[in-house]
Amino acid sequence: MLDPGTINLLTIFILAIFVGNEVISKVPPTLHTPLMSGSNAISGIAVVGAILAIQTEGTLGTYLGLAALIFATINVVGGFLVTDRMLRMFKKK
Amino acid sequence: MNLFYLIAAVCFIIGLKRLSHPKTARSGNFIAAIGMLVAIAATLFSSGKLDLELIVIGFIIGGSIGALFATRIQMTEMPQMVAIFNGFGGGASALVASSTFLTPPESNFLIVCISVLIGTLTFSGSFIAFGKLQGFISGKPIVFKGQQFLNALAFSAIIILLSINNLGILDSQSIFYAILALSFFLGIGLVIPIGGADMPVVISLLNSYSGIAATATGFLIGNNGLIISGSLVGASGLILTNIMCKGMNRSLANVIFGAVGLEVASGDGSQKEMNIKSYSTTEAAMIMDAAEKIIIVPGYGLAVAKAQHVAREVADTLEAQGKKVLYGIHPVAGRMPGHMNVLLAEADVSYDLLKDLDEINPEFEDCDVALILGANDVVNPAARHDQSSPIYGMPILDVDKSRTVIINKRSMNPGFAGIQNELFGYDNSIMVFGDAKDMLNDLLKEIKEL
Repeated sequence: MLDPGTINLLTIFILAIFVGNEVISKVPPTLHTPLMSGSNAISGIAVVGAILAIQTEGTLGTYLGLAALIFATINVVGGFLVTDRMLRMFKKK
Repeated sequence: MNLFYLIAAVCFIIGLKRLSHPKTARSGNFIAAIGMLVAIAATLFSSGKLDLELIVIGFIIGGSIGALFATRIQMTEMPQMVAIFNGFGGGASALVASSTFLTPPESNFLIVCISVLIGTLTFSGSFIAFGKLQGFISGKPIVFKGQQFLNALAFSAIIILLSINNLGILDSQSIFYAILALSFFLGIGLVIPIGGADMPVVISLLNSYSGIAATATGFLIGNNGLIISGSLVGASGLILTNIMCKGMNRSLANVIFGAVGLEVASGDGSQKEMNIKSYSTTEAAMIMDAAEKIIIVPGYGLAVAKAQHVAREVADTLEAQGKKVLYGIHPVAGRMPGHMNVLLAEADVSYDLLKDLDEINPEFEDCDVALILGANDVVNPAARHDQSSPIYGMPILDVDKSRTVIINKRSMNPGFAGIQNELFGYDNSIMVFGDAKDMLNDLLKEIKEL
């Protein structure tokens, strides 16, 4: 059987899918493009894994971590900025 | 530690929740960004021996590239940007998994491989999608004999490699590198046969994969932050994929394996004669002058002609004359979900006038003029009744129910699906030929003079 730690992660995973499904199905079609760029930014959370990877010793692993950090930071910074740029344009007269 | 990831996750969820209305959306995005900051800061401060120098270098390089993308990109290029960002997201997850695998202590090999598989496939697939959207690679489906067999072979090889891991035939390093290479190949193989018109589905799906890759990596390093955020993104991408498929009346399997756009629908061969009535802009302006309710139906052709601004000016002028003007937007009007809405928002169209398919269709019943700008297949009534039509069953905008339909087109060339639009021959349809921008400029002048 699975160990308690994995069960915990699995619980969080399943519940997060339900929450995601609920929240995102309420986003109107008008905002689907900002939703996509915004979720690009959120998937940049891999930045956390990248930081932890750089911490580890062993050169190849560290440099892979650095590459991951660069990729993920592009997503985070670019994603949030471009989403804001788009959302600024949505105005009501 | 996990407490801070919980805070970050709550910020992301609130952020997405606020995306349910244009009024609150911007603050939602800001809250999500704060959440990310919390997650990053918590990781930096709670970890022991960090190579801070390298981390700062990574932040500066990544941050500058990201900021450059975000500020320079044109709104018409948003699909490319999202495609490439999906690739970075998948790539980052695959790299973290690889780094974890290559560094002691030993990690769960199966999860390493799943994470690398999804992440790498997203990475290579996204770059192909980017290339197609940007025009580096032909937007046409690239197909050759045995292609699907090759993809299936690559996938089976991955499964076999995973299952022989415990047998000791190959060491895990070799298996790891083989899976890395095969996943890279599989990503290319899966996206390259898909045509440009189907890219909205593909980038939505890759968006979802980039989230799933992050989740897999979260399982690998036992990090709640990655699991929750990845699941949110995965769910979002899947929902959008589903909406796009419905908008085109295609199943996901059909999009991925169908290579549509290659075999242009031959139909029954007997093109029906259509009575096309070509009008001048002056005549069109007179019809619009007499109208009370006008619905503008923009297609991607409008954005290609860079005519969104003048379209909005025409609408403003009509509104100032006391007419009701709405915009009807089909889910696949742009090159990605919600793309047309962003392009119109950029042209200062008020967001409450942008109506989606379900909202706008009842409005055509008492509409005087439907003005079709650069849209074609999404207004073809054949989708409702002609079972032999390749677009039969696709949800369309019921523009033909309006009293008059004014269609602006460059020429009589058929649309993406390669089929003639019977709407053009309807009794209540009139055509105004010409470039959308020129035509709308003329129309604007005429309306003002009337």
